[in-house]
Amino acid sequence: MIEDIITKMQDDKTGGVPIRTVKSFLSKIPSVVTGTDVVQWLMKNLSIEDPVEAIHLGSLIAAQGYIFPISDHVLTMKDDGTFYRFQAPYFWPSNCWEPENTDYAIYLCKRTMQNKARLELADYEAENLARLQRAFARKWEFIFMQAEAQVKIDRKKDKTERKILDSQERAFWDVHRPVPGCVNTTEMDIRKCRRLKNPQKVKKSVYGVTEESQAQSPVHVLSQPIRKTTKEDIRKQITFLNTQIDRHCLKMSKVAESLIAYTEQYMEYDPLITPAEPSNPWISDDVALWDIEMSKEPSQQRVKRWGFSFDEILKDQVGRDQFLRFLESEFSSENLRFWLAVQDLKKQPLQDVAKRVEEIWQEFLAPGAPSAINLDSHSYEITSQNVKDGGRYTFEDAQEHIYKLMKSDSYARFLRSNAYQDLLLAKKKGKSLAGKRLTGLMQSS
Amino acid sequence: MATEALHENETLASLKSEAESLKGKLEEERAKLHDVELHQVAERVEALGQFVMKTRRTLKGHGNKVLCMDWCKDKRRIVSSSQECKVEILRLHWDIQPLPHSLRFFSWKDGKVIVWDSFTTNKEHAVTMPCTWVMACAYAPSGCAIACGGLDNKCSVYPLTFDKNENMAAKKKSVAMHTNYLSACSFTNSDMQILTASGDGTCALWDVESGQLLQSFHGHGADVLCLDLAPSETGNTFVSGGCDKKAMVWDMRSGQCVQAFETHESDINSVRYYPSGDAFASGSDDATCRLYDLRADREVAIYSKESIIFGASSVDFSLSGRLLFAGYNDYTINVWDVLKGSRVSILFGHENRVSTLRVSPDGTAFCSGSWDHTLRVWA
Repeated sequence: MIEDIITKMQDDKTGGVPIRTVKSFLSKIPSVVTGTDVVQWLMKNLSIEDPVEAIHLGSLIAAQGYIFPISDHVLTMKDDGTFYRFQAPYFWPSNCWEPENTDYAIYLCKRTMQNKARLELADYEAENLARLQRAFARKWEFIFMQAEAQVKIDRKKDKTERKILDSQERAFWDVHRPVPGCVNTTEMDIRKCRRLKNPQKVKKSVYGVTEESQAQSPVHVLSQPIRKTTKEDIRKQITFLNTQIDRHCLKMSKVAESLIAYTEQYMEYDPLITPAEPSNPWISDDVALWDIEMSKEPSQQRVKRWGFSFDEILKDQVGRDQFLRFLESEFSSENLRFWLAVQDLKKQPLQDVAKRVEEIWQEFLAPGAPSAINLDSHSYEITSQNVKDGGRYTFEDAQEHIYKLMKSDSYARFLRSNAYQDLLLAKKKGKSLAGKRLTGLMQSS
Repeated sequence: MATEALHENETLASLKSEAESLKGKLEEERAKLHDVELHQVAERVEALGQFVMKTRRTLKGHGNKVLCMDWCKDKRRIVSSSQECKVEILRLHWDIQPLPHSLRFFSWKDGKVIVWDSFTTNKEHAVTMPCTWVMACAYAPSGCAIACGGLDNKCSVYPLTFDKNENMAAKKKSVAMHTNYLSACSFTNSDMQILTASGDGTCALWDVESGQLLQSFHGHGADVLCLDLAPSETGNTFVSGGCDKKAMVWDMRSGQCVQAFETHESDINSVRYYPSGDAFASGSDDATCRLYDLRADREVAIYSKESIIFGASSVDFSLSGRLLFAGYNDYTINVWDVLKGSRVSILFGHENRVSTLRVSPDGTAFCSGSWDHTLRVWA
């Protein structure tokens, strides 16, 4: 994607950035563009409204090594008259360069051989050169010779061409050996390394130097043999596709309505959209909101949420407690207690599962169980079979039945109950009961 | 017997062509139900106001790329993991800034896991892992343990104690064993089970106490990079995304894939359920984020811009599902209006790739981790 952009940018037929030769004092600066031109081009061609965004993108393209400032080692983009040059495709990151330190040593060495002010080593480069001289002490003669050879080759080139190539070569090293403190954009996400274009990591030298003893990289070698697709794989795929074709799906219009409805219902609860009351702790540095949520007295807003769906009340500890109390008043608390017990079963470590299965069976389902739940005969049959194996999913079928029962029956009644309505309308306890009932009656009529 | 003979006569080619024709038929069926676009229906929804989101906390303490983070249920503690490195060239020492390719000269390296109270920015625990990239970490629901792993191919659980003298590493429990790197891990609804995703192309469910494999999930054609558990109280499903460009929804009980989506053009780095559990979002190296609805069995929205050309590494929804926060490899975080499909805001601040992003449990903030060694909490 970057390369498409860079190619387009250089194409004058389709409105690319104007590339010019600029006259400066006694010399000419060949083949440059200005920062402003690049930023303008990005804004126009990538529909970017904010110049800050365009500058950020331009800087990234520079940091990756596709365009560079001609007078700076630091690879960023500025929205001004600073001059930039496009990098030669030879040096593009997509060529999977992993230049060795020997190449870098040759490069720095040859720079010192050329008496040009503009090629003087920066402080950090001089330090790097010193380190490399120590590290490669034994083969420095070889490196020196290679550097000399490179200088000879360079001298043969046309002056203007040399200016351009020198700067491109420098920019290449600015990417692979960045200025200290700058981001090294060649760093890779290790999970993606092995699927690169060049998985064998054949180390090619920038200067055509062949090494006899390549330093073995202790980088984690991740090689996975690619499994060939078997007939069995395809058969499985065919079964899967047939199942999908038979699946009953919703129309997009219905799905859209559902997503919108859900979002609209919860937007008042979304602290990043509707400011939290009393305040968002992260913004105000005040934890009042969290203290309120920890208390056993639920806010009206929280109580209202229990009415959104059965899951909402099950999710909230305080809501569950209220619902349980209501069920106890109706002498049907065994349903919720069973559901909670099965949820708990699924959270147990493997070794405790069998024991808990037996306990749940005895408490809720065995003949004469103290908290007998009501299951239809089919579900009961399945469950008693499952109990023999005693796994964590023994009661799945039963749990689903009880869930549906509670949802359609008890939950609906709970929402209509005085207990819930009182909480919802935030009626305070201890005030005149008679007065409250009257109000309640009036409101419900 | 006759059917067996029939099967033997089917060639790989004929099976493949049957599969292809079924794919075509499936697409036809789904297209019939594609009567409108989400953003069209969402035109009637009120537009969101101006967004002012800022960094409210910056957490510094990792010495290298932050790779993963997770929130504790207490809404303020987080666990984060990184790639650390100590650099030594045999007898030669480099200074703080490692030379690129100084990797070549490592003699020893390790990764680090830190537990923070991100509200006060205090570090509460730190563990050094004997492996470089610690790409996955998760907080246990009880808040009493963390799990992490990476290039060691394992997922290990560390109980958190408040005894300063106790060596956290000593109580470590090795739970999961894969044959390649661990890319993601998550506790299920309890401290007792962990779900893992791996570069070996599989996901797996483990019993923490015994380390036993409870269920494995095969189907991805390449590394699995991410997973997310469905938010339902009753559900037993999760979604995973991989380098095969597929997002797959799994039944935890049977180990079967129940739905699959393949519309991304590159690796899927992150998947996250929409809060209702009826849909999920994905972030990919193809520089887009997408929304898939499970009831429509289809991609229903794509979040992209011409100016976004770097991969999305990590996504998460705000509490209501109206906003999608996505961290990118171009160092930015883009905030998307999920319903309308437009970008609401772009957040600058990180100085290198954003590698991980999670909204806090109560939705009051979100945290991003980056290769710039820091984590930021935004609100």
